[in-house]
Amino acid sequence: MNVEAKLEFQTSTAPKTGADLLIDLLIKEGVETIFGYPGGAVLPIYDAIYRAKSRIHHILFRHEQGMIHAAEGYARITGKPGVVLATSGPGATNLVTGITDAMMDSLPLVVFTGQVARAVIGTDAFQEADVMAITTPITKHNYQVQSITDLPRIVKEAFHIASTGRPGPVLVDLPKDITSGVLSEEPEEADIDLPGYQPTIKPNPLQIKKLADSLAKAKKPVILAGAGVLHAKASEELTAFVEKHKIPVVTTLLGLGSFPADNPLSLGMGGMHGTYAANMALYESDLLINFGARFDDRLTGNLQHFAPFAKVAHIDIDPAEIGKNVPTQIPIVADAKEALVELLDLPVSPPETVEWLEKLKQYKQDFPLWYKHDPNGMCPQWLIEAVHKVTNGEAIVATDVGQHQMWAAQYYTFNQPHRWITSGGLGTMGFGFPAAIGAQIAAPESTVVAIVGDGGFQMTLQELSVIYERNLPIKIIIVNNGALGMVRQWQELMYDNRISESLLHTQPDFVKLAESYGIRGVKIDNQEDLIASLPELFAYDGPILIDCRVLQQEKVFPMIAPGKGLHEMIGVKPE
Amino acid sequence: MKRIITLTVQDRSGVLNRVTGLLQRRQFNISSISVGPAEKEGVSKMTLVVEVEDDQRLEQVTKQLNKQIDVLKVSDITDKAIVARELALIKVASSSQLRSEINGIIDPFRALIIDVSKDSLAVQITGRPDKIDALIELLRPYGIKEIARTGLTALQRGHQPQVNELATFSLLK
Ligand SMILES: Cc1ncc(C[n+]2csc(CCOP(=O)(O)OP(=O)(O)O)c2C)c(N)n1
Ligand SMILES: [Mg+2]
Repeated sequence: MNVEAKLEFQTSTAPKTGADLLIDLLIKEGVETIFGYPGGAVLPIYDAIYRAKSRIHHILFRHEQGMIHAAEGYARITGKPGVVLATSGPGATNLVTGITDAMMDSLPLVVFTGQVARAVIGTDAFQEADVMAITTPITKHNYQVQSITDLPRIVKEAFHIASTGRPGPVLVDLPKDITSGVLSEEPEEADIDLPGYQPTIKPNPLQIKKLADSLAKAKKPVILAGAGVLHAKASEELTAFVEKHKIPVVTTLLGLGSFPADNPLSLGMGGMHGTYAANMALYESDLLINFGARFDDRLTGNLQHFAPFAKVAHIDIDPAEIGKNVPTQIPIVADAKEALVELLDLPVSPPETVEWLEKLKQYKQDFPLWYKHDPNGMCPQWLIEAVHKVTNGEAIVATDVGQHQMWAAQYYTFNQPHRWITSGGLGTMGFGFPAAIGAQIAAPESTVVAIVGDGGFQMTLQELSVIYERNLPIKIIIVNNGALGMVRQWQELMYDNRISESLLHTQPDFVKLAESYGIRGVKIDNQEDLIASLPELFAYDGPILIDCRVLQQEKVFPMIAPGKGLHEMIGVKPE
Repeated sequence: MKRIITLTVQDRSGVLNRVTGLLQRRQFNISSISVGPAEKEGVSKMTLVVEVEDDQRLEQVTKQLNKQIDVLKVSDITDKAIVARELALIKVASSSQLRSEINGIIDPFRALIIDVSKDSLAVQITGRPDKIDALIELLRPYGIKEIARTGLTALQRGHQPQVNELATFSLLK
């Protein structure tokens, strides 16, 4: 008998455990990929994964933080929950940043953590952490499984809660004796039992009518499109609505791609590093229609100066976001797509916006995004434009956090939805590269670019092993300014150039580093070389790291300084 | 302003922690909280008294509570016709000579003496929080050794008057 056959034999006769049941339930939920890392408390689950190898795919990361950001990238691209599996104690606590990130940016995740056996919970047992208490404020909901008979219901509810309404992370804590326990009988099919959870999807028709009436009367309407449009897969409806009424559109950082950037009605991104036209449109507007954005402070600037002349309509699936930061005259609790469909059905006389659009066009012309070339080196903004060009603007772009993130948002103009992955609400350094891995797993045929800073990349670069192992052809662009650039920029501008601990005087040789992981690495320090080699580097069929040395002193402009209003942008024109 | 908010919640482990944790995180002050099983099995009722600055914050707190998966219903009943009670146990220093004097004080409050020892006695009082406060003030000169209060619990009355017959009175100054 050969080894394979022997294994077959074992699996077919081995009694079914709680862990086997868990895997069955995951498969039933349509899970294809588990983002995981093993350890003592999840050994029974890894044993079940071993048995289920042909039915479910597990990807071993090198750090729990990397794997959860990968699951976030996967969720962002597919809209389906990313499934994460970690061991108890340190495995679980290493997930905290990613769970919080997913909570802030409304990404569906179902996170399974091992836990010590029920009998020793509360005794400070080896690798015990109070994961329920730690994650209560950073999850949409969490469960600790107390009885194997509850598992089918809990798994079903976890996926349901994570992926419906306003998406978010759900954690399921699994005591080891539950997963290792042998099932005496197959538990019954479970039904969801969530009387306290009924998200409102359909808008109130009276409110929709109110919005339509206000729109007909508006002279300066503007739409703010947030990630809610993307979650609802409502880009087409949004575009149809915008075209029908000729309303200009501002997108949020996370809403990039929800409306095509090359549409003449697009004003680009709003907020701290948004365009002048976008922010002035929000400032001067008389009717602000927010689809699925949460009026984050990085978007609004000083609330006292936010849209001071506007009547505000806010369409959001989460009622708690409406009126939280900005007083709202027309609240509409609904899925963005449902609301747009209703709005499109109403016969509204289109608003008279010719003058308004003319004015905004002038702003766009007079105050476009700008940067100055410098003979001494590569401009990071230009680098992003070059990446845009070589990928025809069609790549999936994942970024880390910092200056490069803002430049990517500004200069990699997105004309299609679901191509942009970034950590908005939490601003998590270390997010970008692993998120790109999740995106490439979700979309194996797409070009995936990770645009990362030299600082943040060093927080999760251990996952280079994963892209080598899986041959994921991700293009890593390190926007290498030898600095924690965004911090350096703030110190220069707001702390009188006292550059405190924000320069990276020593760095690894990123090329050799990549090579040590078996990955091709290239260093480029000038624009000519970049132009010459980029097409070949992007045509390369495999993972590649491109260490791009850019000018350190470049700053992200324009900018709304902290405490200032939308109309008080600095750096809108070259000096 | 103080508001009385009642919550109907699923009786699941951690639900009290979810509610208090949320209030703390969103910077709402809890004056009191009382919890117990409701009429239906598996369901509990909580009565919160919270301090909020304005209507906008009040709306936020109710919406955030509603978002909790285990929370079935949130009602701000402050301006409704309600019956609201709190129970307090007050241990007062008292020799046997003072006992009848104290009895005379607590009697109009319909409070009871429920424990007596050589040098102290325990008074039980139920009522609206202001009534309890008043009794405590009257007992203070005798020397209060200990107070235990349950926090407010409340129900909407069976008959809710129309808006125009509702004389606004404040339970919670
Ligand atoms: C985990 C974490 N730590 C610290 C910060 C604060 N922070 C924001 S941007 C930034 C600098 C990032 O440097 P780098 O990755 O090189 O990107 P750059 O700004 O230079 O493009 C820092 C330290 C953060 N956002 N996340
Ligand atoms: Mg940097």
